Amino acid sequence: MSDVSFVRTEMLPEKAPPASEVGVIGWARHNLFSGWFNSALTIVSIAAIYYVLSGVFPWVFQSVWNADSLGECREIMKATWGSTHGHACWGVINDRWEQLLFGFYPSELYWRPIVSLILLLAALSPILFADRVSPKMLILTTAYPFLMVFLMWGGTIWGPLSAAFGFVIAYLIIKYATEAVGELFAMIAGVAVAVIWWLLLSGPIVEALSSAMPIGIEAVASRKFGGFMLAILLGVVAIGVSLPIGIVLALGRQSDLLIVKALCVGFIEFIRGVPLITLLFVASLLLNIFLPPGTNFDIILRVMIMMTLFSAAYMAEVIRGGLAALPRGQYEGADSLGLDYWQAQRLIIMPQALKISIPGIVSTFIGIFKDTTLVSIIGLFDVIGLASAIRADTAWNGIYWELFAFIAFLFFIVCFSMSRYSMYLERKLQTGHH
Amino acid sequence: MTTLTDPPKEQFRLSMLLYDTRYRSATIQVIAMLCFMLLAAWLINNTAQNLAALGKPIDFGFFSEPASYDINQRLLEYTSRDTHLRAALMGLLNTLVVAVLGCITATIIGVFVGVLRLSSNWLVARIMTVYVEMFRNVPVLLWIVLAMAIMIESLPAPRAFRGEDPTATMKLFDSVAITNRGVYVPEFLFSRSLGNIHLFGDSSLRFDISLDLMAVLVVLALSIFAMRKVAAKAAATQEATGDRPKIWYIQLGLLFVPMAILLTVLGCHFGYPELKGFNFKGGTYMRNSLIALWLALSLYTAAFIAEIVRAGILAISKGQTEAASALGIRPGKTMRLVILPQALRVIIPPMISNYLNLTKNSSLAIAVGYMDITGTMGGITMNQTGRELECVLLLMLAYLIISLSISAVMNWYNNSVKLVER
Repeated sequence: MSDVSFVRTEMLPEKAPPASEVGVIGWARHNLFSGWFNSALTIVSIAAIYYVLSGVFPWVFQSVWNADSLGECREIMKATWGSTHGHACWGVINDRWEQLLFGFYPSELYWRPIVSLILLLAALSPILFADRVSPKMLILTTAYPFLMVFLMWGGTIWGPLSAAFGFVIAYLIIKYATEAVGELFAMIAGVAVAVIWWLLLSGPIVEALSSAMPIGIEAVASRKFGGFMLAILLGVVAIGVSLPIGIVLALGRQSDLLIVKALCVGFIEFIRGVPLITLLFVASLLLNIFLPPGTNFDIILRVMIMMTLFSAAYMAEVIRGGLAALPRGQYEGADSLGLDYWQAQRLIIMPQALKISIPGIVSTFIGIFKDTTLVSIIGLFDVIGLASAIRADTAWNGIYWELFAFIAFLFFIVCFSMSRYSMYLERKLQTGHH
Repeated sequence: MTTLTDPPKEQFRLSMLLYDTRYRSATIQVIAMLCFMLLAAWLINNTAQNLAALGKPIDFGFFSEPASYDINQRLLEYTSRDTHLRAALMGLLNTLVVAVLGCITATIIGVFVGVLRLSSNWLVARIMTVYVEMFRNVPVLLWIVLAMAIMIESLPAPRAFRGEDPTATMKLFDSVAITNRGVYVPEFLFSRSLGNIHLFGDSSLRFDISLDLMAVLVVLALSIFAMRKVAAKAAATQEATGDRPKIWYIQLGLLFVPMAILLTVLGCHFGYPELKGFNFKGGTYMRNSLIALWLALSLYTAAFIAEIVRAGILAISKGQTEAASALGIRPGKTMRLVILPQALRVIIPPMISNYLNLTKNSSLAIAVGYMDITGTMGGITMNQTGRELECVLLLMLAYLIISLSISAVMNWYNNSVKLVER
């Protein structure tokens, strides 16, 4: 046997891949020009992008920022670029941005909505980022509704405090009377006492306290609310209040009790079957007819009620989805531990079902938040309503695109970041197998 | 020996209504029902008191009074001397028109964008993502108002088409006029028309049925019936012999030849819009508000449909495609027989709710002055007659009926494609 080998015995060093397969060129070949059809698509797309950007960029950036009226804007444009066409007049935003954001809220009090917004984010943080923020922040979350009402509407501090006190009484009664008279009676008693407090006692007591100790800040009437602030306020109130109602409705819809189920299904399907604008008509025209003669509260509050009912129906469906997604074994496990219905819901079912539904809740919120613009149709001054009001001013008569672009930008920022958050959450909650 | 005695008969006590599970659910339901009835009674009582104080008891008589306002975009014949009922009917039809048009275009654009978002071409996929995010994250009302502003501000007025040297021209071989008042497209006219059948005499619900349209529909239905017969016969032949006869030319012939003959007999031709005086005459006129609403609603809803389509396609595992090609099924057929039936099952339920959303969003027509049912019954009629309660309740009822019928139809379709499990 000779020592001749017909195959190579040592490995060759690895060669670098051809230049056309790596780096930018390789990437472009694979992703943009992988065939005649793809190449054609790429070229058409580039042409389209160029066409759009060549129109938009000069409009956005070769623009006038300092002008007090559209006429002045056009003069400056004529002097600078020779034509009034194809240049934005951001002067209107510069002139009116405070109004677009805050409506007719008194300008020296702008800090109040801003503080409310910051506190809102802080109050939401223990819920939205449960793994990073200390649960102690939940105290702020509990106090936030009263704090927000106080900050936004102002007035005496005793009003929100007495409203909060009603909840405290109910909680204390339920906590300490349960052993004495049983859970059910304690609950009924707690709710009854709280209702009596709110309806009968709280009014005179608040009056007495505020005349004795007038602690408070300047009151702001709700008709001064407007702009983007109104959209955020309506959205937050509608979602915040509709969450508990939605949970109750979802449980009712899942329940075995026929009448309860029929009532819940009827409510949900009715609200989901009609457009929001008809509910807003109800708020602006009919709600006063439905309530006892003589009741007359302001339009913002009425809109809030209808938007809350509207979002409660959608919320109920989202939560029902979460409940349906829970495996049957969770219910059976709770039963086998001997938990009763409410204990099972509170300790086992709801924590899981709500966790599953958070992305759905966020997208409902995005929907409601966008739908708050509809209030401009019934005459409230939200951003779109204000845009028309600004256009009605002689100084800015005929300005469209700049206002629309600014409004779209505001909504886009908020909605886009919320949808990204929802996607982040879906990834984080993914506990299935990878 | 002991004898078995009956267990002591349980006495019914009042506390058992609460603590015995046999009675508890009944108790809760009775209480819920009572609460609901009390609430309803309270609301009705308040309403009755308030209406009595205002001096306008519930009365639908205003529907037979003359509306005395004009509806500028309508399907049926209507004058301002007609009743409020007929005005509401025109509005309802307008709502349905924009809803149907919107659903069709939104589906087409949505499917197109959804498929392109999955394209292997990086640039195209990114552009489609930008489109979807842009439309989903901005309120639809803003898009509607914006579309209307574009229609009014940036399109030429009819007078720009006039004169020796017009600044604007008609598109598509002088057949379509796009102006800031609306779009004029050619209409079908029949020179040997069969005429109309007039129904319901002079009442508010009167309408004409075009016999020409009926003839076209009947011929189309017969053609489709014949085509299905031919296809069934071909399938039977394939079952028996294994060979599938070529039938596509028979199918095409069945579809087009009878229709062509019918249209020639009826003398079908296009009626083109023409500039007469200060405005266009002839052709089918679609007002700028209809176009703006249609455009905005379809683009907005298409962004949602695109996401649904994308999710539906992604939900079908790659193994399905591979299994189909392992069985020797060709790609086109794989799509039609394997992927699509499964993807549709995922796509249809959310699609239904988007169609419903589009229909409900069409009520925003009031922002651009398109006379849909919100604009007629919930707008001018309500303001003229001061009958808020009746108008708003009927408006809600109308939308409720539309929504429930759409979901009934779509649920029926959904059930027919649903996977039948053991």
